[in-house]
Amino acid sequence: MNNVLQMVWLIPVLPLLGFLINGLCRKRLSKTMAGIIGSGTVFLSFLVSVYVFFSVKSGNTHVAHYFDFINITALKIGFDFQIDQLSSIFLLIITGVGFLIHVYSTAYMHDEEPKDFAKYFAFLNLFVFSMLLLVMGGNFVIMFMGWEGVGLCSYLLIGFWFKNTNYNIAAKKAFIMNRIGDLGFLLAVFWLISKLGTADYQEVFANVSKLSVTDITGITMLLFVGAMGKSAQIPLYTWLPDAMAGPTPVSALIHAATMVTAGIYMIARSNILYTMAPVTQGVVAIVGLSTAILAATIALKQNDIKKVLAYSTVSQLGYMFLALGVGAYTGAVFHVMTHAFFKALLFLGAGSVIHAMSGEQDIRNMGGLKKYMNITHITFLLACLAIAGMPPFSGFFSKDEILAAAYERSPLLWGVGVAGAVMTAFYMFRLYAMTFLGKFRGTHEQEHHLHESPKAITIPLIILAILSVVGGWIGIPEVFMQGGHRLEAFLAPVFAQSNALTEKHHLSHATEYMLMGISVAAALVALVFAWNKFSNPDSYRDKKVEKEETGLGKVLANKWYVDELYDTIIVKPLLALAKYFNNVFEKKGIDGFVNGVGKAVNYGGRQIRLLQSGQVGTYVLMMVLGILIFFIIQLFL
Amino acid sequence: MSVTEILFWGLSVLALFSAIMVVASKSPVHSILFLIVVFFAISGHYILLNAQFLAIVNIIVYAGAIMVLFLFVVMLMNLNAESEPKKNRMVQFAGLISGGCLFLVLIAAITRSTSATNMMQMGGGDQGLIKNLGMVLFKDYVIPFEISSVLFLSAMIGAVVIGKKESPPGPPRGE
Amino acid sequence: MEGLGEAKYMEIKWYIGLAVALFCTGIVGVLTRRNSIIIFMCIELMLNAVNLLLVAFSKMHAASGVAQINPAVVSDAQIFVFFIMVVAAAEVSVGLAIIVMLYRNTHSVDVNFLNRLKN
Repeated sequence: MNNVLQMVWLIPVLPLLGFLINGLCRKRLSKTMAGIIGSGTVFLSFLVSVYVFFSVKSGNTHVAHYFDFINITALKIGFDFQIDQLSSIFLLIITGVGFLIHVYSTAYMHDEEPKDFAKYFAFLNLFVFSMLLLVMGGNFVIMFMGWEGVGLCSYLLIGFWFKNTNYNIAAKKAFIMNRIGDLGFLLAVFWLISKLGTADYQEVFANVSKLSVTDITGITMLLFVGAMGKSAQIPLYTWLPDAMAGPTPVSALIHAATMVTAGIYMIARSNILYTMAPVTQGVVAIVGLSTAILAATIALKQNDIKKVLAYSTVSQLGYMFLALGVGAYTGAVFHVMTHAFFKALLFLGAGSVIHAMSGEQDIRNMGGLKKYMNITHITFLLACLAIAGMPPFSGFFSKDEILAAAYERSPLLWGVGVAGAVMTAFYMFRLYAMTFLGKFRGTHEQEHHLHESPKAITIPLIILAILSVVGGWIGIPEVFMQGGHRLEAFLAPVFAQSNALTEKHHLSHATEYMLMGISVAAALVALVFAWNKFSNPDSYRDKKVEKEETGLGKVLANKWYVDELYDTIIVKPLLALAKYFNNVFEKKGIDGFVNGVGKAVNYGGRQIRLLQSGQVGTYVLMMVLGILIFFIIQLFL
Repeated sequence: MSVTEILFWGLSVLALFSAIMVVASKSPVHSILFLIVVFFAISGHYILLNAQFLAIVNIIVYAGAIMVLFLFVVMLMNLNAESEPKKNRMVQFAGLISGGCLFLVLIAAITRSTSATNMMQMGGGDQGLIKNLGMVLFKDYVIPFEISSVLFLSAMIGAVVIGKKESPPGPPRGE
Repeated sequence: MEGLGEAKYMEIKWYIGLAVALFCTGIVGVLTRRNSIIIFMCIELMLNAVNLLLVAFSKMHAASGVAQINPAVVSDAQIFVFFIMVVAAAEVSVGLAIIVMLYRNTHSVDVNFLNRLKN
């Protein structure tokens, strides 16, 4: 099995190859070829990942050193890949879900021009490559390379339809917000290197006790700033809903299943640093929880099918950060995994719906799609149940684990978390009911056009639906089954250092049953309420026609006016400052200086020219004076 | 004061006075004649320094050939004091001042310098005799000597080319 | 030519002073006169001042111990002066030709007519 671990470089290199072929030959490749190359390379790397996963499961971990990336006297950073339990799980998620979404894309993007089609797959492959680099890197620098790579791909794919100005603006917003976070990450890495002289995971984690409390808190805070940007937490979350401008499979892959979980991965990877910085942990938990609640409230009032899912993603990411903040690293990784399944499924389902509706995204114009799209309907329902936390779907197990860990830390955290879960159930079923139940509310033309999507779309949906249902069974809590939490056992070596520092006090079984009961019951009530309310078309049809939202509803529909707030306090002052600099410094200062130099030289030239009288006598006089000056300098100075 | 010193001072005063007169005299012909006096004074110095070969060559080449050339040219052009162009007073003054400054600075530089010895041999030593210099010139320096003949040839051709009239072919007009 | 009088040695500084004085006289002449022939003569004067200095220095070497070790230093200097004279003769012939041509073109020997360098 060791040979398999020697082959890990194949995992990122295959998608890179796909990127190069698709990117360089995009004008010559047919759509079929581009699709096969794009999906095939990811599938091959998925196969290798599976191999690697089983090798790791049997106890092999491996750090592969390929070459020295940076090698100066005091600092040595190798190009290393670290394969252990944590990265192998992420490898499976990225390549597995990534492959399904590639297959889905071949159908979804079928209307594009062949060269755009190949370009799309090139970007997607590049994204997979960067993401793999991010999770496989053996030190923070390699991780940062992947980190930047996924940010770039995200930008490219959000702005894939770059002829639309709004999409471009969304892409730029995503990129800039990510850059703010990246700066934090970069500073943290510099800090780490300056204190420990290395960025290598194993060396850093082994020497973590050498860091002072200030250092460790500062580093973890800065890393968390990076995670905020990448994983869309308050205050840097506003890019994610706007990122829905990209093609729907991109939203599914990048902005739901993989890239946004990079922050979770990074914190889980450096768990020991966070365990040793309780202050940061508190901040992480509070930011996570606030994000979860804020995004959930916004999602209640959104009418764009993808926007609802986007805010739901932000909210679920908040849960993951809550888990990290309370020290439940396994829970966070578990939720990343289940979330990847059901959220990818939701997005792909939404994409299927949008495809059928010829680009319509407003759920007020949908309804009754159950009749027309059976597979999409059933898989979407399963995903909704999973995200709402209904047992025995996957979301129940992971969310329950997070909430239980939050309760251990503080019942208040748990209470707010349950409120968020209730809202999740509500808005998901509002979405479900408005889309699939009731009567069709769109135009006749759209109704005539409605159809079930082709196989390339439905098969990934079915696979993801199965995973959404059963994905949680690898982490069955102790209460139900002794030794049922196989994920925890599997990941134990990664978090061993942290777990040794925190004492585990397990909740009593009665408490745990009670917590589960309360959250499931509350979510169920919200679910049924939403189902009833929104499957009856009349109840909101009138309201939509009659009046706009008022009061809190209006605030929620406008996303708490956060975008407007940012616009006022950051964007506008910056623009004003830029304008000031442009008018005063650039035009008067720098231009004035540059033009002044030109004018001075011009004027000086005109004056000095007069010295060239052409009279030999003057020249000789000057020569003598020159000799004189040289002698005087030599002699007397 | 020994005879050598008397001769030195006499020749020096003669040379300097004549040099100043070269610069100061209005008529170019007078300048030329004073310059010839300067050359003779310098040849006298050469004899004092026991460099007879150079003394003879100096008189033959400079006083004999070159100055006669100058005289021919001046007479050819019929130059006299009246045709002498006047220079701007300011420029003349500036030239005088800068020349004087250069003199002072050079003297200052030399008084500050140190050397192995500050004495020199007057008379005595036979390296400057024609016989000895001839041996050196035709043994060690025979190639530069021959090359200098090429220089003379090229100078001659140059002078002919430059001095030739650019007028179309025909009998040269007498001037 | 042994012993013109009893003083066989003199200080070098007097010769240096004489040569510098002649040289500077030449420079003043170049700077103050406009007649190109006079300027040319002043240049010859400067050349002679330098020649005189070279010969004086060769005799200084003869007085110091250097000449005993290497007698060539004295004769070399004088050969050098000889070549300077050779070059000066060639230079004068060409220079006078130029002045003649200048006179033919401008009917003057004023160097200020030679301001074509300006354009």
